[in-house]
Amino acid sequence: MSQPSISKSMTIGESGLAAVFAVTAFLCVIASAKALDAAFAFHAALSAAASVAAVFCIINRYFDRPAELAPAEINGRPNYNLGPVKFSSVMAMFWGIAGFLVGLIIASQLAWPALNFDLPWTSFGRLRPLHTSAVIFAFGGNVLIASSFYVVQRSCRVRLAGDLAPWFVVVGYNFFILIAGTGYLLGVTQSKEYAEPEWYADLWLTIVWVTYLLVFLGTIIKRKEPHIFVANWFYLAFIVTIAVLHLGNNPALPVSVFGSKSYIAWGGIQDAMFQWWYGHNAVGFFLTAGFLAIMYYFIPKRAERPVYSYRLSIIHFWSLIFLYIWAGPHHLHYTALPDWTQTLGMTFSIMLWMPSWGGMINGLMTLSGAWDKLRTDPVLRMLVVSVAFYGMSTFEGPMMSIKVVNSLSHYTDWTIGHVHSGALGWVGFVSFGALYCLVPWIWNRKGLYSLKLVNWHFWIATLGIVLYISAMWVSGILQGLMWRAYTSLGFLEYSFIETVEAMHPFYIIRAAGGALFLIGSLIMAYNLWMTVRVGEAEVQMPVALQPAE
Amino acid sequence: MKAILTLDNLASGLVTTIWTPIFVAIFLAIIAYAFWPRNKAAFDEAANLPLREE
Repeated sequence: MSQPSISKSMTIGESGLAAVFAVTAFLCVIASAKALDAAFAFHAALSAAASVAAVFCIINRYFDRPAELAPAEINGRPNYNLGPVKFSSVMAMFWGIAGFLVGLIIASQLAWPALNFDLPWTSFGRLRPLHTSAVIFAFGGNVLIASSFYVVQRSCRVRLAGDLAPWFVVVGYNFFILIAGTGYLLGVTQSKEYAEPEWYADLWLTIVWVTYLLVFLGTIIKRKEPHIFVANWFYLAFIVTIAVLHLGNNPALPVSVFGSKSYIAWGGIQDAMFQWWYGHNAVGFFLTAGFLAIMYYFIPKRAERPVYSYRLSIIHFWSLIFLYIWAGPHHLHYTALPDWTQTLGMTFSIMLWMPSWGGMINGLMTLSGAWDKLRTDPVLRMLVVSVAFYGMSTFEGPMMSIKVVNSLSHYTDWTIGHVHSGALGWVGFVSFGALYCLVPWIWNRKGLYSLKLVNWHFWIATLGIVLYISAMWVSGILQGLMWRAYTSLGFLEYSFIETVEAMHPFYIIRAAGGALFLIGSLIMAYNLWMTVRVGEAEVQMPVALQPAE
Repeated sequence: MKAILTLDNLASGLVTTIWTPIFVAIFLAIIAYAFWPRNKAAFDEAANLPLREE
């Protein structure tokens, strides 16, 4: 096996990246010294420390590794690169718990405002983006990166492209999360919903994301399997579209290169339209297309059944791509946005019923001939219930985009309930299901530590979701109706504070639902930890006995 | 209105008008591809792809 004839030297990637990070560390120290505000100084110092750590890791890895890089194949079988997948899976679990916890805190603040402790760092306005970014981008993003790096390798039967690049993607992405999250707490924000990070964090994310695209595309290009499986199409749409959205919504001019504040290039209603073109397609391509990729790979795998209709999956994919991008204006009903644009957004939102339900049917019907497994396999049950929630929230969404419905629902808690039936039920459960599958696979375990604990997780979290969304439905519709109630003399019947008072009990129920969801995720973390720690290793056949591919 | 073939005219007139039929045509082509009888075998095989690994 050993080939002593090859002398060890750094690859161009290793030496180049180490040099780039060394220069970056130097520049960040200067930026930190010349910073105009404390948050920028802190972020520059953090970036300098991270750059030094990156140089150290690259050099350390070089000294630890054998002369030759990891081979693409061993004995004719692909040598899958699972390190970055493991890293992202662990980070997903960590950020998930952190994000759910912050969600519980801000839900409790709404019920008991004293819990903001009268401190700027713990105020609702700063913790709320911390919660949304932690669950969407940190938890969801890590699940997507981990699963995409796993699925693209397996379904293309080839090792992940790049040597340092996949590590750069997973670590770099989590560093972006760190900068974004600490920024929110310190009051750094460009005030665009779901795009709060300031210009320097945006630039860093652009570099990381383009590398992600290159790694993913590079793996597809060198694939051994002639067909590109549908899950990879969805992943690719997710990666490409998020890149376009990120660039479109964030062209900002910093006040100074040594300060955190910037101003966006777009003005007025154009800015609003760009923001919600971005915002809704973050839902469409981050929280939908990416997780549909998970559905198309993990449900067949877990149910041991083929995709119900591959034809439908192709139509599902392309109709989703064609329609979603136009739906954004429904976030701006009854605003300064031109009326025709609002109606266009509403029309496309309603048309989205078709691909959404087509996809849901495809996911559910994949269980044809394996429905009995729902009784015995709580992981599969989690995946299937997630698809049911997908169907439910994609029915509700288009309905809420209808202008007359929106006139009641907009700015109320109904929106929050809708978002969470999608986020907790669909994205949360499909991510949990994927992680429950992925962790034993990548750590080479026979199965999970305990299916019973998965069952507990499933039921506790489901109960939490039901409490959450039903409380928000009632609260939201109540709120909407109270806002528009007039007396016989034409005066508003309720003052604003009366509506706030009326919502109080529902806020407590919502917080209780969130607490149950958090407890479920803690059970999950324990279960996965024990799977890795004490789980029985998958029996490996001796290499010599392995059958040829 | 002297120069017909300016970039502005192309962008505002032609391109913004014909993208609808172009997209519809592309989408119809995709549907035809998905339902083309001869493609069925390949699609059935692709549906099994996650189960065929290793």
